[in-house]
Amino acid sequence: MSQEDQEKDYFESSIHLEYQYTAGAATTRFLNKVKEGKLVGQECPKCKAVYVPPRGSCPRDGIATNKEVELVDQGCIESFTIVHIPIPGNPIVPPYVCAMIRLDGANISFLHLVHGIELTDIRMGMRVKAVWKPKSEWRHSLENIKWFIPTDEPDVDVSKLRFKAE
Amino acid sequence: MKKIAIVGYAQNKILASAGALNEVELIMPVVHKIFNSLGISQNEIDFTCSGSCDYLQGAAFAFVEGLSAIQTNPPIKESHVEMDAAWALYESMLKIQMGDADTALIYGFGKSSPGDLDSIISLQMDPYYISPLWPDRISLAALQAQVLLSNNIINEDEIMQAVIESRNNGLNNLNALIQTSITEDEYQKDLVLSSPLRVLDCPPISDGASAMIIASEDKAFNFSSNPIWIKGIDHRIETSNLGARNLSSSPSIKSAMKSLDIENTTFDIAEIHTQFSHEYPFLRKLLNLENVPINLSGGPLVGNVMMAAGLDAIGKVYEQLSTNSYKRGLAHATSGPCLQHNMLVSLEKNS
Repeated sequence: MSQEDQEKDYFESSIHLEYQYTAGAATTRFLNKVKEGKLVGQECPKCKAVYVPPRGSCPRDGIATNKEVELVDQGCIESFTIVHIPIPGNPIVPPYVCAMIRLDGANISFLHLVHGIELTDIRMGMRVKAVWKPKSEWRHSLENIKWFIPTDEPDVDVSKLRFKAE
Repeated sequence: MKKIAIVGYAQNKILASAGALNEVELIMPVVHKIFNSLGISQNEIDFTCSGSCDYLQGAAFAFVEGLSAIQTNPPIKESHVEMDAAWALYESMLKIQMGDADTALIYGFGKSSPGDLDSIISLQMDPYYISPLWPDRISLAALQAQVLLSNNIINEDEIMQAVIESRNNGLNNLNALIQTSITEDEYQKDLVLSSPLRVLDCPPISDGASAMIIASEDKAFNFSSNPIWIKGIDHRIETSNLGARNLSSSPSIKSAMKSLDIENTTFDIAEIHTQFSHEYPFLRKLLNLENVPINLSGGPLVGNVMMAAGLDAIGKVYEQLSTNSYKRGLAHATSGPCLQHNMLVSLEKNS
């Protein structure tokens, strides 16, 4: 044992596990459509809420969401954050905007990037639309959308986006 | 102490691989099954508690995602144990005893097929001295089997008979993953994985989910005309330092038996969470169950859904007491290496 080893008061014991991860039957249907450039949510048969990306259930009613609903690739910023701290391994250079995007007709939002705007101008309720990557790069991923950019439509009142409680 | 009863239990058919199904798609069918069998909904449930382990399918916060299978509007009270759902039952009983709930839904789910169960299970042990060595679950079980054999507490014939009996009992269990019997000859020719354990001595990799509903005495008869009372429940754990344990006995089970005052109780039926065949004769003697029908479901050797198999042992005793003439039953659930952590549940039917 070297002098250096003897002086160590710790050792690293890394954990490496491999999985055959599956997204689930409902999410698989969604991802197959995303690969074709379509955003297809699923509707609750009871409360009619539309989930995108879908997990196969309505978590309010606890029932399966089997009806598929094709959505447009535009909506609004429900919430956002400006990232200033670089994340190791992330190729995106800060500062950049991560936002919860609520597609028109959907009842939940998902996280994506917003581009093409001064950071000081970004706000909740701002209308945005998707910019897709070239079709040749499409995979089973929401990263097929490069980012969202603002449109010149008027803002949406975010307080009215709350889950429609009947 | 309030009297608490099991009023319903449901189990998905155990699969070797649930394929692309996610946790929501595993849980929802079994929860709907138990609600439909009782003609009720989530609205009748005061407290919901689940048992699962995110490491199994390799998805962080899978237990939170799993909640999407449950109706949560109006808002529900819920909790989770990163353990077998038998311990979710225990938490639910505490909730009822404290007066915070009268009814509880318990569910457990496990998907072992996506990962390497041997590696995953070794992570549950002491992170400083044992886990870095990556001891696999079968080698650890074999260690205890060897200790039991060399101390003449069990013998090799009893181990073999445990496998044959489990396989035969499993033939009557529609939800069992393995539904074939084996002969002594087939057993003897089977591959030894880790001496003395053969492939047939180990449980199959299993995917599935189970659910149970319990209720206080005030509510139990609203759900069932034949509730099965939980007379006693106790769980004890031994040290995580394997070298400091006496593997030829089980102080945790003995103290649980003492606490439940069941050392001299005669049970009509028992289901014990024996994942490895040598544990069967060992616990049969320790629990004084020599003349009692044990694991009529076939037990974990014919289907072993991680994080649900302990709840299943309790559920199977409930089913036997509900549908047969048996009056008193014992269920056992375990966790950790070499039967480290043990729960005993004593169940009784109204006379």
